[in-house]
Amino acid sequence: MHQLKTFVIGGVHPPEKKLAEKQPIVRLDPPKTVSILLSQHLGAPAVPVVAKGDKVLAGQIIARGESFISANIHSSVSGTVAKVDGVPDTSGYRKQAIIINVEGDEWAEGVDRDEAFVRDCQMSPEEIVSRVKDCGVVGLGGATFPSHVKLKVPKGKKAEYLIINGVECEPCLTADHRLMLEKGNEIMAGISIQMKALGVGRAIIGIENNKPDAINNLSEIAREYEGIEVQPLKVKYPQGAEKQLIKAVVGREVPSGKLPIEVGCVVHNVGTAFAVYEAVQKNKPLVERVVTVSGDSVRKPSNFMVRIGTPVSELIEAAGGLPEDTSKVVNGGPMMGKALNDISVPVTKGTSGILAFPGSESRRPAEQNCIRCARCLTVCPMGLEPYLLSALAEKQRFEDCEMERIMDCMECGSCLYICPSGKPLLDYIRVGKNRVGIMIRERSH
Amino acid sequence: MKVLTVSGSPHFHADHSVSRIMYGVVFSLIPAMLVSFYFFGLAAILVTLTAVVSCMAFEFLIQKYLIRGPMTIFDGSAIITGVLLAFNVPANLPLGIVVIGAAVAIGMGKMTFGGLGKNPFNPALVGRVFLMISFPVQMTTYPEPSAFSTRLADAVTGPTPLTFLKGGVDQGEKVSELMPQIPDYANMMLGNMGGSVGEVSALAIILGGLYMLARRIISWHIPVSYLGTAAILSAIFWMVNPEVYPDPLFHLMAGGLMLGAIYMATDYATSPMSKTGMIIFGIGCGLLTVIIRLFGAYPEGVAFSILIMNAFVPLINRGFKPKRFGEEIKNG
Repeated sequence: MHQLKTFVIGGVHPPEKKLAEKQPIVRLDPPKTVSILLSQHLGAPAVPVVAKGDKVLAGQIIARGESFISANIHSSVSGTVAKVDGVPDTSGYRKQAIIINVEGDEWAEGVDRDEAFVRDCQMSPEEIVSRVKDCGVVGLGGATFPSHVKLKVPKGKKAEYLIINGVECEPCLTADHRLMLEKGNEIMAGISIQMKALGVGRAIIGIENNKPDAINNLSEIAREYEGIEVQPLKVKYPQGAEKQLIKAVVGREVPSGKLPIEVGCVVHNVGTAFAVYEAVQKNKPLVERVVTVSGDSVRKPSNFMVRIGTPVSELIEAAGGLPEDTSKVVNGGPMMGKALNDISVPVTKGTSGILAFPGSESRRPAEQNCIRCARCLTVCPMGLEPYLLSALAEKQRFEDCEMERIMDCMECGSCLYICPSGKPLLDYIRVGKNRVGIMIRERSH
Repeated sequence: MKVLTVSGSPHFHADHSVSRIMYGVVFSLIPAMLVSFYFFGLAAILVTLTAVVSCMAFEFLIQKYLIRGPMTIFDGSAIITGVLLAFNVPANLPLGIVVIGAAVAIGMGKMTFGGLGKNPFNPALVGRVFLMISFPVQMTTYPEPSAFSTRLADAVTGPTPLTFLKGGVDQGEKVSELMPQIPDYANMMLGNMGGSVGEVSALAIILGGLYMLARRIISWHIPVSYLGTAAILSAIFWMVNPEVYPDPLFHLMAGGLMLGAIYMATDYATSPMSKTGMIIFGIGCGLLTVIIRLFGAYPEGVAFSILIMNAFVPLINRGFKPKRFGEEIKNG
C-alpha cells in the first residue's frame, strides 16, 4: 500500500456522514416527463435541434453544443417533445429546457445497451475525442466542464499525468464511491481510453482512505493495466478540488489563474471516466448518472442511476419521501452544493447528490464580531485571507480584493465552515469575485 | 408546498463558537488560579473576583447606556480580561484600585474601539499599565507567598526575584551573590515567589498553554517564538557577563514572561493573523522584553513589549501574508 498523501495548505475535516456508502446503485425507471436543460455544462448553452411535437428516442441528440466550450445534449428518454420552455433550475431562475413526455423506453440505433464489459479500444486519439464530444460527456465531479476540450492537449503543452479524481471529499456523497466498487472495470477501461486520447503514459487515481474498499478494488484491477495506479489520500476537504488533488498526488502547484496542463496534468473524475467508457465502447451518450440521495432523516439513503431531466422530487420519493423535519434540500454536497427552493427542478449532468437536512443542521450560527482568531486563514486551501477579502468586499473595495487574489478563491466554503463568529465570509467573497470578474472583463475590452 | 430554507454554501458548520473558545481559555486558567489562591490566599481570590465582576459590570454598563448594542458580557471575553487583569497585579492591591483597572481595561482597552475583536491593544495590559503609572507604590508592593494564606492587607511584603536582582545589580552586586537570596528554580517553577497574582507559577501557566494548544485555541507560533527569542537573547548576555546578566532560565520563570507569552501575546484581536506574522510578533516581544528587563528603568518589560508589538500588528498583517497556493511553481 502506498503512503497516504494529502495537500499542504489549509483544509478542514467536516463530519463525513457517508450514510449511503453501503447502498448499491439502483436504476430508477424513467419518470413521466423529463426537463432537459440546455445549459447543464460549463460554457455556452446548447442549441435545440428538435421542436414541439417531435418524437425522440433515448440517446438521440436533441441540442447541439456549437461553441468551442459547450456540449451536446441527448434525450434521456423516448417520447414526444412537449415544448421548449423556461423551467426553474437549481439557481431558482428559469432556464431554457426541452420538456419531453415519456412514452416507453426506446433507444436510438447504435447505442449498445449490453452490460458486457469491453476492454480494448481500437479508436485513434482523434476518434476518441470526437466520440466523447458527440456523446456530450462533461466533467461529472460538479464543474461540468466539457470533457472533449480537456482531452485535447493545447499546442505547446505536454500532459505527463492523467489524474483521476475518486476523492469524493464532500460529506454525504457516495455516488463515486459506489461507482468505483460496482463499475471498476469500466472505469479502468475509461481511464486507459482517456490516456490514449491524451497520449500520457501514467494515470493516478486519487482516493481518500475512508473508502478502503474502493482503493482495494481499483488497485486490484489496476494490476492488469499498464501505467495506472491508485494513490490513497488522507481524508481532508477540499481534496477533490482540482488544484488540491494535483498537489496531493504529484506535489505540483498549479500557478494562480492557470490550468492544470501548466504543470503537465489533466484531471478527470471517476464518473467521467465511466461516461467516457460508455461513450467510446458502447456509443452511449451521457443521458444518465449516479445521484446520492441522503440526509440524517432520509428513510432510505440511496444511490440511484437516474435519467438526466428527472425531477429531484422523484428521487426523494424513491428514497422514502421528504422527511417531516426537512428544512433545507441541497443539490450537491453540504460544502459546495446549492440549496433548492423548489424540489421539482430536474437532475442535470452535474447533479451528484440530493441531500435533505433538518432545521438544526441547515441554520447558520448567529453572527458576532470577528474575533480575529485567524482560523479562516489557517483553513483556506488557497492560502488567502478570507476575513480580509470579506471585509474588503463588504466595503466595496474591489480593486483591493483583486490585489489580494480574490479570484483564486474556489468557494470551497472552508472559511465559513470554520468561523466561530458565524461571519458570512463566503457570501461577501462571492460578491467580491463577481464584481472583480466584471472589472477584469471590462478591462480586456 | 413545504417552505425550504435557502442560503449560500457551505451548509455544514463546525462546532465552534466564540463563547466556547473563550470559556476554553477561562478553563485553561484554572491551574494558575489555584496556585495563586494557594500562595496568596484569600487576597488573590478577592482580587480575581473583583476584577472579573467589575470587568463584566463595566462591559454591561457601556453596552447598555453608551453603545446600546447586544449584550455580550456572557461571551466569556470579559471574564478573561478580568482574570488576566487580576493576574497582572499584586494580590494585596486595594480592591478600589482593581475596580479602576477594570474600568480602564474594559472601557479604554476594549469597548471604545467597538468591543470584542476590534481593540488594537490587549485590554488587560492597558489596565495594568494604567495602574502602574497611576499607583506605582501599590502596584509594586508584592506580598510574600505563604501556603494557605488567609491574611489580607497585613501580609509581609517583599521584592520579586526580578526587582531584587535588578536592584542588586544596579548597586554593583554580583548575580552569583544575589542568586542564593531568591527562591531556587524549583520554587520559581511552582510559583513560590513574590509577584503578581497569576504570573508566579510557570508550571501552571505552561499546563494551561498545553491545554489551549491541544484544543487548538492557540497555535505554538507566538509562545515559542517569544520565549525562544527571550531565552536566546538573555543567554547571549549571560554568556558575555554572567555576573551582570542572569541566565535565560531565570528570565523564563521570573516575572510575567510565561503569562505574557502564553496568554497575553496570543490574544486573537491584538496579534497577527498569519503564522509568519505571529513569529515576527513573538520575536519582537522577546527582544523588547529582554532589552527592557536588562537596560530599561523598569525591572519587568513584558507588558510594555506586548503593547508595543500590538501597535505593529496592522503593519505585520500587511507585510506578512500567508503562503499563497500556486505562488511559486514547484515541480516535484
